[in-house]
Amino acid sequence: MSLYSWGNYPRIENRVIRYTGERGLAETISKNSQMIPYGNGRSYGDSALGDTILHMRNHDLFISFDDQTGLLRCKSGVLLSEILDVFVPRGWFLKITPGTKLITIGGAIASDVHGKNHHVEGCFSECVLSFRIMTADGDIINCSREENADMFHATCGGMGLTGVILEADIYLKKINSKNIVQTTVKTSDLKATFDAFSEYKHMPYSVAWIDCLAKGSKLGRCLLMAGDFADDGDLTPNADRKKDIPFNFPSFSLNNLSVSAFNTLYYAKGKNGVAKVDYDQFFYPLDAINNWNRIYGRNGFTQYQFILPLDASYEGLEKILKKIADSGKGSFLAVLKLYGKANENWLSFPMEGYSLALDFKIEHGLFDLLYKLDRIVLDYGGRIYLTKDVRVPEKTFEQGYPMIDKFRELREQTGMNRKFSSLQSRRVNI
Amino acid sequence: MSYILILGAKSDMAKAVARVYASHGYDLYLACRNTAELDEQIKDIDVRYSRKAVPVEMDITATETHAAIYGALDPKPEGVISVVGYLGDQKTAEKDFSEADRIMRTNYAGPVSMLNLAANDMESRKSGFIIGISSVAGDRGRKSNYIYGSAKAGFSEYLSGLRNRLFTAGVHVMTVKPGFVDTKMTAGMDLPKKLTAQPSEVAEDIYSAWSKGKNVIYTKKRWRLIMLIIRHIPEFMFKKTSI
Ligand SMILES: Cc1cc2nc3c(=O)[nH]c(=O)nc-3n(C[C@H](O)[C@H](O)[C@H](O)COP(=O)(O)OP(=O)(O)OC[C@H]3O[C@@H](n4cnc5c(N)ncnc54)[C@H](O)[C@@H]3O)c2cc1C
Ligand SMILES: NC(=O)c1ccc[n+]([C@@H]2O[C@H](COP(=O)([O-])OP(=O)(O)OC[C@H]3O[C@@H](n4cnc5c(N)ncnc54)[C@H](OP(=O)(O)O)[C@@H]3O)[C@@H](O)[C@H]2O)c1
Repeated sequence: MSLYSWGNYPRIENRVIRYTGERGLAETISKNSQMIPYGNGRSYGDSALGDTILHMRNHDLFISFDDQTGLLRCKSGVLLSEILDVFVPRGWFLKITPGTKLITIGGAIASDVHGKNHHVEGCFSECVLSFRIMTADGDIINCSREENADMFHATCGGMGLTGVILEADIYLKKINSKNIVQTTVKTSDLKATFDAFSEYKHMPYSVAWIDCLAKGSKLGRCLLMAGDFADDGDLTPNADRKKDIPFNFPSFSLNNLSVSAFNTLYYAKGKNGVAKVDYDQFFYPLDAINNWNRIYGRNGFTQYQFILPLDASYEGLEKILKKIADSGKGSFLAVLKLYGKANENWLSFPMEGYSLALDFKIEHGLFDLLYKLDRIVLDYGGRIYLTKDVRVPEKTFEQGYPMIDKFRELREQTGMNRKFSSLQSRRVNI
Repeated sequence: MSYILILGAKSDMAKAVARVYASHGYDLYLACRNTAELDEQIKDIDVRYSRKAVPVEMDITATETHAAIYGALDPKPEGVISVVGYLGDQKTAEKDFSEADRIMRTNYAGPVSMLNLAANDMESRKSGFIIGISSVAGDRGRKSNYIYGSAKAGFSEYLSGLRNRLFTAGVHVMTVKPGFVDTKMTAGMDLPKKLTAQPSEVAEDIYSAWSKGKNVIYTKKRWRLIMLIIRHIPEFMFKKTSI
């Protein structure tokens, strides 16, 4: 059974080796080369794909929890959703969570993921005290900001290329409710969207859904959702609302017309105002639909996510949104977010500025469009998010990540480059 | 709180079953060989569900030890779930009886020995339940694994008889027939994705069928139809197939 990633593209044959214990893993590492760890396959492109996959999902034990400090120790295959199932009823939540809870701790560290509170709390690594990782020679080392600090900063955001994360110590945060008080603001153009972000900057969580097909005076109109945890003491588990997409949609079903209709409807339906919603509705609306990635059909899809520095964001975004609207290539989801300061990790994606993420069906002509967008992103000093990427060329990638040579050097010195690589790492030569 | 005794507790499937029952408030007796290896699993149950998990050293083929093992459990378990099994190697088992013997004792004789003890206890208590993990392989003998298959067939029929016997005592007996499951047993095999269940799915199926008082379940559910068809292929045709 070959494994794919979330975008269902590319579909390549691979050999999957399931985790059976530290000794087994060390033996596997000594006998093979070109391996890549795989968590729950929620990265969109080829970050976790290769010929030999080290499948870590069933390495999923909780080890300890300190209810004074909120420090949880667990194995790297534990899903964020499992942590929420166990700890929300006890009044704890993840400090940082991406827009899906179906990712592993290993994947969260390796992509140094971020969420709607990046402008306040930063990336996932902010809640990581330390982790244990198996290196290219099968040794297990402890990494923190004090111990093996280089390995810590290379591994957070290091896309599985610095060894196999085995377990981690992460801090949870106290909550007094599973609910979020959410404010929705509807804006009419890009200027208003930026103003809304500034206005709601004090809110711990914020994100905007942009209508990418709106043109002219409506360019950049959005629904901004901002919020914070309620204080109502309600910690009861959420009802299970899962729905299935039973098969791959025929790929013609998602044409420009249907996307445009969807976008217009979604925008029209959005109402200004305040509402109380539970954490699943606020943080993970897409998780309610199993396999929603199948609506893009058998050919799969990709997500283009870039970030631009703050002072160049408005101009750059305006240009890029125009290009996309003119191309008519649809995107169901286009998510805009204001980010806080960059951290010290060598390959972490976030920097202070605005990031846009859009989904595209894989089709003829798409990559040409994306190469054009790349050029704008680089012109304005931005970069591309590896965990969503499936096609970025080496030169484009490099220009966005100034610490890349340090990362390459560490891989060379520790022998990691001879043991661990993904389709992506070979493409961008890291 | 009441205890569930799980036989073969280290398997991926048992781990998943243990979690589901612990999440519904049960404490656990985890029976297997080399219980020292259970330490991390026991901590996991404690951190996740604040439930107790007690290791019980047991070799399912060492039937002479079973009475003492069951006798020592205090309190007695409310339910017993037998997950132990051994696929073995069919080709070896054809030539070397010791392999065939091990397959039969792990999948049939051993579980019968432990479940007899539990059944007698529950019958006299007039309460409790027994769940046995058998296999679709027991629904029809095939050349690729009929030693394992026949042992599972025996186990399925044992559970059927036991269900019949314990009905009047109010003891629920449920037979579980998984198709393909993605576990250590099938690691490296090229299984069809659509017919292969994850251990957590099997565990959820077991819990939900058990709460509804079901007798025999297939998991994934589509295996019921597949096995219905396979069981109905006439023998003169079936003997020529390689499925
Ligand atoms: C609906 C949806 C919404 C999303 N929203 C966001 C978001 O808001 N913010 C955000 O930052 N991301 C987001 N993502 C992306 C996702 O959070 C990341 O791709 C994450 O890394 C996936 O984790 P995974 O466990 O599935 O890992 P995989 O996809 O399997 O692997 C991802 C990377 O982690 C590495 N890796 C996995 N396990 C280990 C390990 N044990 N040791 C070392 N390396 C390992 C892999 O080699 C690979 O490079 C979203 C994805 C989806 C599908
Ligand atoms: N995987 C499938 O596709 C599939 C399909 C249908 C049915 N099943 C059945 O499902 C059950 C669980 O299997 P699984 O897939 O999870 O495979 P598994 O990991 O191999 O589970 C079998 C378990 O039985 C234990 N065991 C074997 N011999 C034993 C002995 N002498 N004493 C005590 N314990 C012993 C093993 O213990 P150790 O860990 O110590 O080896 C192991 O934990 C089995 O009954 C199997 O026949 C599986």
